[in-house]
Amino acid sequence: MPDPTTAAPARAIGASPPRLEAADKASGRARYVDDVRLPGMLHAALLTSPHAHARIVGYRLDVARAISGVKAIVTGADLTGPRAGGIIKDESMVARGKVRYVGEPVAAVAAIDAETAERAAAAIGVDYEPLEAVLTIDEALADAAPILHEEFAGYVKTIDGGAGNVVFESSVTEGDVDAAFAQCPFVVEGTWETQAQHHLYMETNGCVADVDATGKITLHVTCQSVHHVQQRVAEELGEPMARVRAIATRVGGGFGGKHASNIHSIAAWLARAARRPVKLVLSRTQDFEVQRSRHPARIWMRTGARADGTILARDVRIEIDGGAYADESPPVLAFALLMSRGPYRIPNVRARGRAVYTNKLRAGSFRGFGNPQASFAGESQIDDLAQRLGMDSVELRMLNAMQPGSTAFGGQPVASCVLRECLARVRDAQRGASPLPPRAGRRRGVGFAVMSHVSGLMGTAASVQLRSDGSVSLSTGCVDLGQGSDTVMVQICADALLLPMERISYSPQDSDASPYNWKTAGSRSTYMTGRAVAVATVEMRKRMFDHAAELIECSTEDLELRPGGMVGLKGVPLEVSFKQIALRSLFQAGGPISGTHGFVFDGPGFDPKRAAVDRLAFANLGVYTFGAHCVEVDVDEGTGAVEVRRAWCAHDVGRAINPASCEGQIQGGFVQGMGYALTEAMHWNDEGWLTTVTLADYKIPGVLDSPVEIHAFVLEDPDPSHPVGAKGIGEPSLVGAAPAIANAIRDAVGARVRKLPMIPERVLDAIDSAT
Amino acid sequence: MSTAPHHSSLVVNGERRDVLAPASTTLLEVLRGPLELTGTKRGCNHGVCGACTVLIDGKLARACLTLAADVGEHPVVTIEGIADERGLSRVQRALVEAGAVQCGFCTPGFVMALTSLLDSRPQPSADDIREALSGNLCRCSGYIKIVEAAIRLAEGEGA
Repeated sequence: MPDPTTAAPARAIGASPPRLEAADKASGRARYVDDVRLPGMLHAALLTSPHAHARIVGYRLDVARAISGVKAIVTGADLTGPRAGGIIKDESMVARGKVRYVGEPVAAVAAIDAETAERAAAAIGVDYEPLEAVLTIDEALADAAPILHEEFAGYVKTIDGGAGNVVFESSVTEGDVDAAFAQCPFVVEGTWETQAQHHLYMETNGCVADVDATGKITLHVTCQSVHHVQQRVAEELGEPMARVRAIATRVGGGFGGKHASNIHSIAAWLARAARRPVKLVLSRTQDFEVQRSRHPARIWMRTGARADGTILARDVRIEIDGGAYADESPPVLAFALLMSRGPYRIPNVRARGRAVYTNKLRAGSFRGFGNPQASFAGESQIDDLAQRLGMDSVELRMLNAMQPGSTAFGGQPVASCVLRECLARVRDAQRGASPLPPRAGRRRGVGFAVMSHVSGLMGTAASVQLRSDGSVSLSTGCVDLGQGSDTVMVQICADALLLPMERISYSPQDSDASPYNWKTAGSRSTYMTGRAVAVATVEMRKRMFDHAAELIECSTEDLELRPGGMVGLKGVPLEVSFKQIALRSLFQAGGPISGTHGFVFDGPGFDPKRAAVDRLAFANLGVYTFGAHCVEVDVDEGTGAVEVRRAWCAHDVGRAINPASCEGQIQGGFVQGMGYALTEAMHWNDEGWLTTVTLADYKIPGVLDSPVEIHAFVLEDPDPSHPVGAKGIGEPSLVGAAPAIANAIRDAVGARVRKLPMIPERVLDAIDSAT
Repeated sequence: MSTAPHHSSLVVNGERRDVLAPASTTLLEVLRGPLELTGTKRGCNHGVCGACTVLIDGKLARACLTLAADVGEHPVVTIEGIADERGLSRVQRALVEAGAVQCGFCTPGFVMALTSLLDSRPQPSADDIREALSGNLCRCSGYIKIVEAAIRLAEGEGA
């Protein structure tokens, strides 16, 4: 919004003040979920499935019930309401009728201490009739495959599109792909595979559920949305949402893994049954076994170009392994399809895909949301195409890159696009850097990848109120997972009031008190909730100006905001303070001053004249963001081990509210993407047991595994739909890492690795098959 | 594993604390439970992530791998014992100011590791710093800003 009244001095936006909560975190005072202890609190333990697929025949609870100190037990036999879940309601807090993966909660116990609860859970007898399990996409799709969800047709769904073991099937098409390939003298084709990655937030999932004398439940919970937890727990317990309240603790990372609630209802159920508070915090092993992973995917892709490098056609098939429950599989698949064109102007594209059920842990939302899989294939293939054309891969990208005014895949107009600038920035920075000395036995390679992503989705709101001394109270439903949204929201509010940040309080998220927010997900907080904060603050400011005009006896048009909480008459020193304004409103006239704003993402949707879009689970997505990565790797000729030496990452953030936090998101996202590229993989054995269940078996990058230099470039091209121009940066930084590293490996050793993670054996195999 | 209560008398952050707990109880469980010192975090309980790092006798230790009964008279310092009379210690301030604190769950462990390094070697090299932090996992930051904060400390800032 054009706003001449705030065009002056040192501003909160664009500064990088210390995070509001950083001192609490650094001193150990910050309270995470496992730090919550309530009087009379019980401890919960889970009994989980030893079978990948089995029918539950019966429960034997007598022994467990007889253990002294046991206060409540829940099994699937206690659940009588409908199933819960997201787009397809196929889940329940503990298994009902069947178990569908090893580790699935089957029963839970609340007892006076953790040891008693675990002993009692182990004493529960469950009779199973084992069934044949399907552990891969191919097994799930085979004729006569055992069906995981026989009742699938009867489940409540917000979107149709599956049958048998297919959770969801979808496609997006633009142009005439088959005709276009006939015009392409240069065609490349390949199949890529990606693995299950675990989020590995440092704080495992959990909650403490409390209950009052009337039975109202309050959850203290680590989560990505208090409103989602409230809704899910109410749904599973058959309570109205007015009887379930969720309050966020500090959250020790989320990355999408705490996007959907699954275990919180168990603690709530036990608390309601025992009429005492219940703590359920997962061990690291349980967190691996019962939460969710990134979708393993198999991607076939074919891309064709003219001899001058103009890309005319792309054909894509994506199959993702959704595990035992649908969770976010439909939107993840849909988003992977939409991102599979890459940030290129390709007129003829066909992307088809399906998500399938298998007898493994559910796959769901994870930073990038299908884009990392699609971009690993797509950006690897761009390098393959460049090689076939005999062209520099950066040149090929520049030639085909989206530009301002391009449309996204699906037909949405894209107003702002700094993709070429991002790519030029990382290319020039890498070229300009002093070369690292070569090392014996290692081959050096340089690789690039570009990406687009979105920032938006769903609804959010903010509320801002003026307090009697001129301080301001800001409230949103946006839970800070560690990325810094608390600070960013206060910066946006402070900037619109020219008020020091310490004069603004920011409320913790509480489903009973905070304005609605869908989730901290989809790179949407700064864009969506930030928009709500900006508009709500301006609304409050207008009301403050009405009071100031009455106090000064002038027109509101003659007023200006002055730093430090003052409103003055333009051109003269006369001014009134926020405090005077507040006191007038509270005790003389007008009533308390506040501003609120709520909205649902309101940007353009798909264009049916341009694209045939079959069942995508969203009508519109968000504003588009762009980025480019460049990496240098050393590949050990003897062992195949890959080391990322330096990385340059340029990202379009619209406008950086907090540049240091943007850099932190970029550097952290890159390293999480590097883990995905090189070391991280969840493995299941032939019986469907997850074998990577500790941090000793599942390798995330440590400081010595990570590059010494990760140069984060924050590019600003203000987005016109946001009052201060900002867009999100949460996810894109992960997306480019794997393909850039794959391309650097190919540059180093001439071999293409098409399967993640690119562990030494696969690198050596690729070298062998290339020679 | 014995579940019979065992009496331990610990010296934690300069105070004597008496605890009655089964002999199999870890120092981490005692700190977070009866002693209510919840700044020390349980990240993996397998000695890998470093979120439970404390000082025992001035040396870094994993509280999750240490039995409380084995600590004896050796003084224990936790994150709650790190802040000085001015509030945050210089290590804590440096991490806060560098933007190195994101979700913060790993931060107490990094504070302990860096404090120990700078106590033993006030001017470590960048390689020394990376080596000293190699037992602590962070999932948010990519480590860049943590190492930058440590380098500033090694250069004498915030003293």
